Amino acid sequence: MAKTVSFISRNFGTYAPSSLDSYESVGGFQALRKALTMDGYDIAAVLSKNQVQGRGGAAYDMGKKWSQARDVEAPLKCVVCNADEGEPGTFKDREILTRDPFQMLEGMIIAGWAVNAQDGYIYMREEYSHLRPLLLSAIDQCEKKGYLGEDILGSGFRYRLHLYSGAGAYVCGEGSALSESIEGKAGRPRLKPPYIKQSGVYHLPTCMNNVESFTLVPGLLMDEQGFYRSQGTRDCPGTKMISVCGNVKQPGVFEIPFGLTIREIIDDLAGGTQDNRPIRLVQLGGASGRLASPSMLDTPYTYRDMERAGLTAIGSGAVLVVDNRTSVVGFLRMTQEFFCHESCGQCTPCREGNRHIKLLLDKIAAGEHTLRDVATLSKFANIMCNASLCGLGETAQSALLSAMEHFPDAFQIKREVAIR
Amino acid sequence: MSKVTIKINNIPLEVEKGTRIIDAARLLNIDIPHLCYHPDQTAKAHCRLCMVEVAGQRKLQASCTALATEGMEVLTDTKKVYDAQVGVLEMILADHKQNCLMCARNGSCELQKLCQRFNLLVPDLPSVSKNEPIRVTNPSIVRDPSKCVKCGRCVKVCADVQGVSAIAYSGRSADFSITTAFDAPLDETDCVLCGQCSLVCPVGAIVETDNTADVWRAIHDKSKHVIVQVAPSVRVSLGDQFGMEPGELVTGKMVTALKLLGFEKVFDTNFAADLTIMEEASELLSRIQTGGTLPLVTSCSSGWVNYAEKHHPELLPHLSTAKSPQGMFGAVVKTYYAEKTGIDPKDIVSVSVMPCTAKKFEATRPELGRDGYRDVDVVLTTRELAKLIHYEGVDLINAPESEFDSPLGTGSGAGAIFGVTGGVMEAALRTAYEKLTGKTLARLDFETVRGFDGIKESTVDLDGTPVRVAVAHGLKNADELIRRVKSGEANYTFVEIMACPGGCIGGGGQPIGTTNAVRRRRIKALYALDQSLPLRKSHENPDVQALYRDYFHEPLSHRAHELLHTSYKRRETR
Repeated sequence: MAKTVSFISRNFGTYAPSSLDSYESVGGFQALRKALTMDGYDIAAVLSKNQVQGRGGAAYDMGKKWSQARDVEAPLKCVVCNADEGEPGTFKDREILTRDPFQMLEGMIIAGWAVNAQDGYIYMREEYSHLRPLLLSAIDQCEKKGYLGEDILGSGFRYRLHLYSGAGAYVCGEGSALSESIEGKAGRPRLKPPYIKQSGVYHLPTCMNNVESFTLVPGLLMDEQGFYRSQGTRDCPGTKMISVCGNVKQPGVFEIPFGLTIREIIDDLAGGTQDNRPIRLVQLGGASGRLASPSMLDTPYTYRDMERAGLTAIGSGAVLVVDNRTSVVGFLRMTQEFFCHESCGQCTPCREGNRHIKLLLDKIAAGEHTLRDVATLSKFANIMCNASLCGLGETAQSALLSAMEHFPDAFQIKREVAIR
Repeated sequence: MSKVTIKINNIPLEVEKGTRIIDAARLLNIDIPHLCYHPDQTAKAHCRLCMVEVAGQRKLQASCTALATEGMEVLTDTKKVYDAQVGVLEMILADHKQNCLMCARNGSCELQKLCQRFNLLVPDLPSVSKNEPIRVTNPSIVRDPSKCVKCGRCVKVCADVQGVSAIAYSGRSADFSITTAFDAPLDETDCVLCGQCSLVCPVGAIVETDNTADVWRAIHDKSKHVIVQVAPSVRVSLGDQFGMEPGELVTGKMVTALKLLGFEKVFDTNFAADLTIMEEASELLSRIQTGGTLPLVTSCSSGWVNYAEKHHPELLPHLSTAKSPQGMFGAVVKTYYAEKTGIDPKDIVSVSVMPCTAKKFEATRPELGRDGYRDVDVVLTTRELAKLIHYEGVDLINAPESEFDSPLGTGSGAGAIFGVTGGVMEAALRTAYEKLTGKTLARLDFETVRGFDGIKESTVDLDGTPVRVAVAHGLKNADELIRRVKSGEANYTFVEIMACPGGCIGGGGQPIGTTNAVRRRRIKALYALDQSLPLRKSHENPDVQALYRDYFHEPLSHRAHELLHTSYKRRETR
C-alpha cells in the first residue's frame, strides 16, 4: 500500500491558488457543472456510497447530514464551513485553504445546491487572518465568473458566500458556539436540541461541515473510476488529510489512505522521532484526543480500529508525537492549561472541573499526591465527561482518562502521605 | 398535545409529550436536585445538577432539558447519577464564599439545602473562591459575586421578564461571571432596581440592602417616635416566610407582631393608596377635561418609574405626578400627623414595609422630603420584616390579631388591590366614575383589567364616556405597551404599569420562593380581601375624607401639589 496518496490534495502545487482561471485550467468547477445537473439527494448519495465521515472530529456520516439538511423544509437555509481548526496540532485545513482554496469553495457551492441553501458562511479562525485576502479574492472571482450570485451558471440557483473571522476561542469550533459567534454574540455553546441542522446560524437550518469535508466533494463527484473507494481498507475506504507534529523529524500535512499504522505515519511519513528518541506517547485528534502508549503504535489508522484500541477515532486528524523528554504528567499539565483557558465557563463541570484537575495535576507533578487525590482526579474527570453541556467539557479529559488507563505508573504515589 | 408513557425509576407515568423530565419526576414526588432550573424560566442547563440516566443515552442527561418521549426510561438514583450530582455540588461549593452563618440567605439558600440533602461532610476539593469585594453601590440591591453559582436565573429574569438585561455573562472558564456591562455599578447601568434577580437567586449572591439594623437603632432610641406603614401586598405574602400557605391573609397577626417589635404606631399603606387614587383619579379627569397629556400612566411602581426615567424619558410627561402610596404616606406622616400629634417631624422615624427593593431607592429621592428630613426614613422588604419578627421571637402563626392604628390605619378594598396588576386601574376607575358622573357605580368589579395576562386592554364606559385603558406587568410587557402607544397603534386614555410580574404581590422584595403559581394565589387573596370589606372605594374612606377636610381641602389643591405630587427626570445610563 502506498503510504501517501493524492486525492483531496491532488491540486496542491498544480495551480496558482490566487487565480480562478488557473483553477479552471486544472479542471476546476467541472464538478459544480455536474452537480447542477444532479438532484441534492443524489449528491448526498455519492457521499454515502463512498462512506465519507465528516472531517471535523465528530465523524458524522456526511451523506446522511446532507440528505437530512435537504429534508428540512424552510424558506431560508444556510451552509457553514467550519474553518476554526482549533484543535492543537491540527493544521491540515490551513494547508487546504492555502494551497487549494477554490476546491473548498466549489465544495461549499455544491453543498448549497444540494441542500437548497441561499447563503454559505466560512467561519475561519482568527489565527488564519492572513488567508482572508486570498479567500475574499477567490469569492470575488467566483462571483464575477458566475459561480456565485443570482443565477449560477444559468441554473437559476442563487447562492452567496460570506467570510467570517473568529475571535480566537477554541470553543467556537463547536457548531452552536460558532453560530453564536457569527451572529456577533459571545461564543458559548447553545442548548441542544434544537440541533444546528434545525436552528443554527441566525437560527436557520444549517448544514455545517469542515474544510476538508467540503474539499473532498468535487473530487468525489468526478471520481467515476472509484479511485477514492479503492484506497484505504475494506471497512474504511478512502483517504484522509492528517497533520503530524511534535518530536518528529519532518512534521507536516500528509494525505494518507486509511489503514496505515500509527507507526508508519510517524516513521515513514514524518521521518521518525528527533534523534531517534523513544516515544513516550502519541496524542491523536488534538488536545481533546486520547493518548496512545508506545505499545499501541501498530493500530491501523481507521475509525473502527482506533476506537477498538481505545483511542480517539481519527478526530481532527492530528498526530502529536511526544518523546521521552516529556513525562506523561508534564504533558497532561500542558493539555490542562489549554482547557483551563478555553472552557467557556457556562456549565459547572467544565468551568470548575478543569481548574481542580489542574491543581491535582500540579500536586502529582510535585510528587505530593495521595491515593485519594488520584481517586478524586478520576472522579472529576469522569463527571466532566458525563455531565458537561457540550463536547468541549465532554472530551477535555480524554487525555487524562486514557493516561490513567495506559500509563498507570505516572500516577503512582511518590512518598508516604497520611490519608485523612 | 399527546400523552406519552414514560418510566421514572421503573415507575410508569403518563405525561404530556415534551414534558421536562424534572417536572415529570415531580408528579411522582421525586425532587431532582437543581440550581439553575426555575419553574417560571426556560431551561439554561448550566448547573448540571439535575443529571439523570436515560436508557439508550451514553451521557447523563440534564432533566431540565430532557423532554418526555414515548417509552422513555429514566433513572434518577443510580450511582452514576449520584456521583455526578455530588461531584457537581462539591465543585460549586469549592467556588462559593461560605460564610453561611452570616449570609442574608441563611436558611433560605438552595445550595445550603442541597448540601444538607447530600450530607456533604468531607469535600474532596479545596476552596478556589476568589473572595471578591461585595458590591454595595445603591440603596436597594447588594451583589456578592463570590457567592454566585453562575446559574443564570438572574440573567434570565432580567432579560426575559424585564427586558432590561442589566446583568449578563462575562468572561470565560474560571473567570466566567455574571455582572453588569464593564462591571459598572448597578445604578449606573440600565438596572431599575426591581429586585427580581434577588427573588430568583438561589443563594446570597444578589440580596436586598439590609436595613433591619436601622429599625432597631430607631426603636431603641428613646428620643424617636417610630411608626410603620405596611404595603397592601405584604399581608398576603408575609405568611409564606412562616410556613403558611401562599396567599394566606395575615393582616391582624402582622400588626400584632409589629406592635411587639416596638413600633409606636402601625399604619396601613392602603390608606395612602386611597389617597393616591384621590389625586390620580382627579388628575386623570383633569387631563381629560383640559386636554392634558394622555394617556395618563400610573407612577406607583418605583421600578417602573426608574425604567421610564432611564429607558423612556420621552414618556415622563405621561406619568402621573401623584407620588406613590409610600411617598404620600411619608409626606402625610411628617406634616399632618406631626402637626396633629405635636411631634417634631425630625423626631419621627418613618418606616415602611414594602414588597419592593426599588422602594428603598425611591425613599432617597430628594422630592420625598423637605427641611432636611426624609418622608420615609427606612424601607424594609417583606423578607426583612420576617427577619425582624423572627428576631423578636414572635410566633406569627399563633399570634393574636390586632387592628391598625388610627388615624392613618383605614384602607379601602380599592387600596388593597393596589398590590395586584390591574388593581390601581380598577381602584382609579371606581373613583373616577363616581366623581365624573356623580352616580353610584352599580358594579365595582372591572374584570377585564384583572388576571395574569401580560397586557390587558379594555374599554371602560364611564357613563357614556368610553375610556380606553391598558394594563401591563413585567417591564418586557410594559415595553410592548409603550410601543403600541408610541406607534399610534393604540389610543389609550389611562395606562397602569407595574414593573414586577403580577404587580407588587410578585415584587422583588417578596419572600424567596415567589413563583408565578404563588403570585396567582396572592392575587386571589387580595381580590377576596377587597370583596370582604365594607369599604371598597377610595373616596369613601373616612380617614381620607377627614384628611382632605382638615388639611388638603381637595385633590390637586396647592398643598396637595406640594406634598403629594412629584416630578421625574431623565437619567443617563452607561
